[in-house]
Amino acid sequence: MTTRLLGAPVTRVEDPRLLRGEGRYLDDLGQDALEVAFVRSPHAHARVLDIDVDGVLEVPGVVAVYTYEDLLESDRDDGTHVSEPLPLLIPHPALHAPRTAYPLAREEVNHVGEAIAMVVARDRYVAEDACGRIVVRYEVLTPVVGLAAAREAAQAVHADVPDNVAAHLVQQVGDLAAAMAAAPRRHTLDLRVERSASMPLEGKGVYARWDTDEHTVRVYTSTQAATSVRAAVAAKLGLALNQVECIAPDIGGGFGVKIVHPWPEEVLVPWAARRLARAGGPREVKWVEDRREHFVSSAHERAQVQRVEVGFDDEGHLLAFDFTFWHDNGAYTPYGIIVPIITSTQVLGPYKPGAYRCEFFSMYTNTVIVTPYRGAGRPQGVYAMERAMDAIADATGLDRALVRERNLIQPDEMPYDHHLVFQDGRPLIYDSGDYPAGLAKLKALVGWEDFEAVREQARAQGRRVGIGLACYVEGTGPGPYEGAHVVVETSGKVKVATGLTSQGQGHQTAFAQVVADQLGVALRDVEVVTGDSRRFRYAVGTFASRAAVMSGSAMHIAAAKVREKALRVAAEALEVSVDDLELVDGAVSVKGTAPGSSGTSLSLGTIAVLANPLRYAFDEASQAATQFAVGDTSQAPVAPGEEPGLEASGYYSPQRSTFASGVHAVVVETDPLTAEITVLRYCVVHDCGTLINPRIVQGQVHGGVAQGVAGALYERMEYDEHGQLLNASFMDFLMPYATEVPRKVEIDHLQTPSPLNPLGIKGAGEAGVIPGMAVLASAIEDAEGFRIDAMPISPSELFHLRQAHERGELPSLTRAGRPKEFLP
Amino acid sequence: MTTADDPASGEQTLVVRLRVNGMWHEVRVPGRRLLSDALRHDLRLTGTHVGCEHGVCGACTVLLDGEPVRSCLLLAASADGHELTTVEGLAEPDGTLHPVQQAFVDCHGLQCGFCTPGFVMTIAAYLRENPDPDEDDALAACAGNLCRCTGYQNIKAAVLRAAELSRGTGR
Repeated sequence: MTTRLLGAPVTRVEDPRLLRGEGRYLDDLGQDALEVAFVRSPHAHARVLDIDVDGVLEVPGVVAVYTYEDLLESDRDDGTHVSEPLPLLIPHPALHAPRTAYPLAREEVNHVGEAIAMVVARDRYVAEDACGRIVVRYEVLTPVVGLAAAREAAQAVHADVPDNVAAHLVQQVGDLAAAMAAAPRRHTLDLRVERSASMPLEGKGVYARWDTDEHTVRVYTSTQAATSVRAAVAAKLGLALNQVECIAPDIGGGFGVKIVHPWPEEVLVPWAARRLARAGGPREVKWVEDRREHFVSSAHERAQVQRVEVGFDDEGHLLAFDFTFWHDNGAYTPYGIIVPIITSTQVLGPYKPGAYRCEFFSMYTNTVIVTPYRGAGRPQGVYAMERAMDAIADATGLDRALVRERNLIQPDEMPYDHHLVFQDGRPLIYDSGDYPAGLAKLKALVGWEDFEAVREQARAQGRRVGIGLACYVEGTGPGPYEGAHVVVETSGKVKVATGLTSQGQGHQTAFAQVVADQLGVALRDVEVVTGDSRRFRYAVGTFASRAAVMSGSAMHIAAAKVREKALRVAAEALEVSVDDLELVDGAVSVKGTAPGSSGTSLSLGTIAVLANPLRYAFDEASQAATQFAVGDTSQAPVAPGEEPGLEASGYYSPQRSTFASGVHAVVVETDPLTAEITVLRYCVVHDCGTLINPRIVQGQVHGGVAQGVAGALYERMEYDEHGQLLNASFMDFLMPYATEVPRKVEIDHLQTPSPLNPLGIKGAGEAGVIPGMAVLASAIEDAEGFRIDAMPISPSELFHLRQAHERGELPSLTRAGRPKEFLP
Repeated sequence: MTTADDPASGEQTLVVRLRVNGMWHEVRVPGRRLLSDALRHDLRLTGTHVGCEHGVCGACTVLLDGEPVRSCLLLAASADGHELTTVEGLAEPDGTLHPVQQAFVDCHGLQCGFCTPGFVMTIAAYLRENPDPDEDDALAACAGNLCRCTGYQNIKAAVLRAAELSRGTGR
């Protein structure tokens, strides 16, 4: 009897291949391709006066040099669209001044790292040599760096957007002004979050092969959205869609940055491959991003300045929540305003806010673009709400957990409609969840009620510790859809494809588990391909914790169709009713008989043979399917309404997102002398509905928590006033090693299945990172006894806050159940 | 090592002999060719990855005469005549995974797999010197490499598991 795989912590099928060094990442492909390097702007804001490429083509090994002029010429002569700005991927009515970059700069550059000239050469060494020979003359303009400068607007990033405001959006529920005025108590918080970035270990990369015989191009790219890159490349190159194939090979991490597309390089590399092929030259071109390029020419996230005003009563009930924030979107807005929209909606977390108003301004700065990084605006929203919850607790003298409990949406209020519009353009309606149960579990896990004893004990040893908690709700699995194709080959092996891509989430394993369960086959008999437009053409992409929800559901639907067909074909062949059959151990058998029994059982492979009536026998299996071997001669070989083959496609398109949730708690110790911050315990309770594979979900939580801690304590993009990124290397950007993350992550699960999809799945990919800043700010201020308003926080910043506190510039906190002065 | 000028590039090239995973290779490379590039693009052993190009992330770690080194910080020419082991050379000839590789499977020690070869090589070398690690040792063993996916918890677990497996196999 096949054991149920859904929910089983099976080891990953991808692993042995990757561990043997047999992965196929972008730079492992195209070993004979020409390689590309770019001249990138050293200035944050400048006019490009002249590009001198004289002599560059004489560098041995250089094949071509391109500037914006060449893009113009191509559009004029070849019907391409490469000289136009890159697409605005997600337009929104509130984005009133969208701006996107050109693939190669035209006249103006707006951040350090913007591509200006492209060199194609024998290898990267030579291409970089050639870049060094290109002389660009600039008129340097004053850059706008940071939100303060953007708001001040003494300079404009884009001359035609003088106030630097790209977008302005207000959403409101209830009468905020009246609710705020009527609230017995009010409190205002000014908060700040700095920039971080996805920073996958593998940067971006593109490899294109133009086929001069077929007039087609195959594009490999390290992307989270292969089918959409395909469409974008076709549009930019003026090709029919069926002239382009796009494949996301093994991808060395994404975390959001690879959802943006087409990157300039995704347009330019296939464009150059075709252009060189037409000139009779080599046809394969590759660009692999180096680490510095990734820092200065991909994308960042997180930076916001926030103002929160809350109205509440003496019992800690939230009555009015007024949230204004300024979001730094960098130089361009190719991904629209998804990040600030998410902040503005997910700020509400598991709470009933009373009246709610949110207003945000998305601001241009002369820095790298800002697009989703794991969490995508949620960490900032959760930070705003949870800082407010702590402030309410301190103002009312109530326990921080109690204040949260009093404001939670209750299970019997589900589905809960916030009457707002979410990032997918759909109503913000929480489908399910049990937030009080989650908080209760978390309190038990971390020992919330007993913490004062822990603190006392530490204090007695001269140590300073604090505890914090933070709740979140995460909209996951947004549409519009994903699909899957499942085919049983005559060998009985099952081949599965979905267009959605993978960046290490174990999709090959998780999707195989879903399909294997439906078809009653072993996991090893199911092979999953993702992100290959040759195998599946319709897809959206991997973002917003949607792969398991979307493609997982599509897999289930497609596999169920195949199962149904297998039963139907077998019923006819065995001359029994479908109701008398079961699909177990890779065979359809009459109930009560053993799989494989002659006359009462057919293997899936045999059924696949029978499902495809043949004229020609090319092997033993196919002999059984030829027209003289099978079939009722009074019937059509393929019955009306049927299609040949034991295969099916299935699609899942949800009405709206499903909402996962969780609570984190952390215990920190801060060094009384050095202000070093150490995480002593990190506790997680999370609810992502049905778990397909608990092992993979646990890994997602671990990784997310590490990124949450990183964003709270270590990572920031250090721009100077000239717009130079001072720490654009792994040497200077403090990405945590094993020594910088919590020694252990304690996890407890809650499973409230989503009613929106057949398996009850909610997304799990981003959850771990979301409350990181909020929970650490909460714990650090609990240890220190004064408010923490800006994240991330370094030991030296904490040290300076202590000095300010000692000087009386930073008031002490008053906290429930604690002496007034609770410094050790 | 012999040097010559490549007529196509005008660049001085050298013939470098490398014994990689037990097999001698001879490649003609420019003097500036990095060992990581020579392994990946001349010998086409692409299991060794490059994540930062300046020796911080450790994804490019290989064994040079048995010692872990960052191949992105070495010139191919400087490895002339030396013995190298890459991740492709770790499993048994019959395909059986090395205990460290098996431990990564068992403990879900990898997600995207990009940093993984560097970790595996580093840990394999560590365990040869420290066959009986405790939790602190496990942390030390993997503390010099960057991973963005796993949060390191399961990599630390894999160090302990690999030691356990090694004791079982005598490797």
